[in-house]
Amino acid sequence: MTNASPIAANADGAVLAQLSGISKTFENGVQALDEIGFSIRPGEFLSLLGASGCGKTSLLRIIAGLIAPDRGDIRWSAGRHPRETGFVFQEAALMPWADVAANIRLPLRLLDVGKQEADARTQAVLAQVGLTPFAHALPHELSGGMKMRAALARALVVKPALLLMDEPFAALDEISRFKLNDELLALWQQANCTIVFVTHSVYEAAYLSSRTLILSPRPGRITEEITLSAADRSDPHFRTSATFAARARVLSEALERAQ
Amino acid sequence: MKRSSVLVPLFTILLLLLGWEAAVRGLGIAPVLLPAPSLILKTMIADAPLLFGSLLVTLRITFLSLLIATTAALALAILFASSRLMERALFPLAVVLQVTPIIAIAPLLLVYMEPQSAVLACAALVAFFPILSNTALGLASADRQLRDLFALYDANWLKTLLYLRLPTALPYFLGGLRIGGGLALVGAVVGEIAAGSAGAGSGLAWRIIEAGHRVNIPRMYAALVLIAMAGVAIFGLFSALQRMALRRWHASELSGA
Repeated sequence: MTNASPIAANADGAVLAQLSGISKTFENGVQALDEIGFSIRPGEFLSLLGASGCGKTSLLRIIAGLIAPDRGDIRWSAGRHPRETGFVFQEAALMPWADVAANIRLPLRLLDVGKQEADARTQAVLAQVGLTPFAHALPHELSGGMKMRAALARALVVKPALLLMDEPFAALDEISRFKLNDELLALWQQANCTIVFVTHSVYEAAYLSSRTLILSPRPGRITEEITLSAADRSDPHFRTSATFAARARVLSEALERAQ
Repeated sequence: MKRSSVLVPLFTILLLLLGWEAAVRGLGIAPVLLPAPSLILKTMIADAPLLFGSLLVTLRITFLSLLIATTAALALAILFASSRLMERALFPLAVVLQVTPIIAIAPLLLVYMEPQSAVLACAALVAFFPILSNTALGLASADRQLRDLFALYDANWLKTLLYLRLPTALPYFLGGLRIGGGLALVGAVVGEIAAGSAGAGSGLAWRIIEAGHRVNIPRMYAALVLIAMAGVAIFGLFSALQRMALRRWHASELSGA
C-alpha cells in the first residue's frame, strides 16, 4: 500500500523533489524500504519519524544520492546539486587531525571554491553557530554540543538549498539538544532552506517540523503524513505550551498506529 | 614520559651488570668463557675504530633498507586501497613472503645478487610487511560518515586519498614503521651472517663471526651490545617520531582528555 498519491497532490503545487516507489533491500536480505513516495516542498521543515531500524537513514542516503534504490526514483524540480546539499550525520564525524575551521571548510575544499570566498564563508558560518573563538581548536577539545555545532556549520558552509539531517542531536544531553533545536530553527528561518530531518523522537519532530511523515518499522513504509499547524515561535514557553503537547500527542498516536 | 619509566629499567640493567661483574670476579670465570662487563667495555673502547665503523655500516644498511621497504609498502598499500582486485591478487603473496623465515631466503638471494644488495634485500624484505599491512589497514579505516561526505561533494580519488585516507592511515603507518625499523636491523644482521665472508662485509654481524673464529669472546660481546643498543635507539627514534606527529590529536597520545 502506498500513500504517495495523496501526498504528492499538495496545495500550492511547488515541489523541490518528488520521490516515488522507492524500495531498497540490503545484501543481507533485509528489506529496508518499501514503495516510499512523497514530495519535498521548498522551504519546509520535513521530519521523517520512525523507530530505530525502519530505514530512515537509508532513505536519507538515497535522497543524498549516496546509495541507489533498487526501485523507484527521485525527480528533482531543478536537478540535484551536490554544491547545494548539506548533510549532518548521527555523529559529528569531524576529522580529528584538523581544527574546527579546517573541518568546516572541507566541503568548499572538495568543491574547489576559491580561497578568498572559502575564507569568508567559513568565518561567516563559524560566527553563525557561535564557534568563532574555537576556530583553531581540535575536535577532541570540544564538548559534544560544540562538535555537533561544528558539523552543522560544515553543512551550512555550502549555503544548502537542501539540508539533510540524520538524528543529529540524538547523542546529546537534553539541555544541549533543546538549545541546538532552537538554534536550528533560527538558522532554518534565516537561511531559507529546506530541511529533511530524520528522528526517532516524537518531541523533536513535534518541536521542529512543519510536516512529519510517519514510517513503519521493517520494511519502512510511510503510514501517515501529518501537517503541523504553524507554531508561535515568539513564545519562549512553547516547549511547555498546550500547542506543543497537542502536536506531540498527534505524532505519538500516529507512531503507535504504525507499529 | 615519566622519569620513573626511564629510571626503573636503567636501575634493573645496572643491577644485572653489577651481579654479572661480581659473579665473574668472585668465581674466577675465564674471559674466554664469559667476559665481565668491565672487560666488554674496555674492548669496546680499545676496538672502537673497528666496531663503530662496522656499526655505521650496519646502520646504513638498516636505514637504506627501511627507506626501500617504506616506499614499496606505501605504494602497494595505496594500490590495495584503490583496487580490491589488486589486494586480493597480491596480498597473499606478501603474506607468503612474510611467513617464510628470512634466513631461509637469504642464501637464494645471494645466488642472484651481489652480496651487498642481497643483504639490503634481506633487511628490506623483513621490514616491508608490517608497514604494508598496517598502512593498508589504516587506508581502509576512514570514518564511514566522512566517506559519505566526500562522496556527497563528488570528491575524486586523489582528494579522498590526500584529505581523508592518508591522514586516517598516519597513526597505523607510524606504528608499522616502528616495528619495521627494528625488523630492518634484524634483517640486516641476518643478511650479513648469511653472506658470511662472501660479503667481505664490515658490518657488526660480520665482526661477531670474525671474532668467533678468533675466539675473541669479549669482542663478540662488544659487537652484540652495540647491535642491541642500535635496536633500542631505532625503536626510540620511531617512538619519538610517532609521539611528535600524533600528540596533538590522536587518542593514543592524548592523556586524560
